[in-house]
Amino acid sequence: MSAVCFALSDRDLDPAVLRQEVEDRSAGGFVCFEGWVRDHHEGRSVDHLEYEAYPALCLSAGTALLEEAVVRFELRRAVAVHRTGELGIGGMAVWVGVSSDHRKEAFRACEWIIDRIKHDLPIWKKETFADGASGWVRCERCAHSHEEDATFRAAC
Amino acid sequence: MNVSVTWFSILREQAGRGEETVEVEGGTAADLYERLKARHRLTLGIASLRVAVNDAFADWDTVLASGDRVVFIAPVGGG
Repeated sequence: MSAVCFALSDRDLDPAVLRQEVEDRSAGGFVCFEGWVRDHHEGRSVDHLEYEAYPALCLSAGTALLEEAVVRFELRRAVAVHRTGELGIGGMAVWVGVSSDHRKEAFRACEWIIDRIKHDLPIWKKETFADGASGWVRCERCAHSHEEDATFRAAC
Repeated sequence: MNVSVTWFSILREQAGRGEETVEVEGGTAADLYERLKARHRLTLGIASLRVAVNDAFADWDTVLASGDRVVFIAPVGGG
């Protein structure tokens, strides 16, 4: 079995099944992060989210970043799955799990991986608010602003 | 020669299509985006975007070849 697995899924994620993919007899600890759809964003009431991904590049770049995490943090296993499609409030958008010999590396690796997923992978999130308005997160407000362009570049 | 362009997210909505074939005479990925930005009245400038050629991140000055698959990547926001 490979040490890493990155996947996209258009179905509900099952953390119990994913956890088994990270188990390793040499590991002394396991850390996971679950990203959930919350009911508010910047003071507005959210109705639901929709995720769209560029599959081929997500799979290659996602696998590469997990492989980098295994080396950088000396992990036994690293698994990440991101949802696509529509999710309601409370839905699980992303699951990241890592196992390692010691807990410190596992905590650090899990945070590093979710940060990289959010910033680097071609996955987009469309919010629909309770009032019916909708927009692509990080795309709409920079459409006409060079200042926002600079902010985006700085963030990457 | 032709290249294919696949659109995602806000760019897909603004372009009004998921993919298209575009005839180009050489030129870079940046040249292609500027043409399509004008054609489809896209609101995002190159400074906001990244580009992928044949399913790998690429530089904007990549010279396109026949059959290349190009994707313009709007600001991402997974998680």
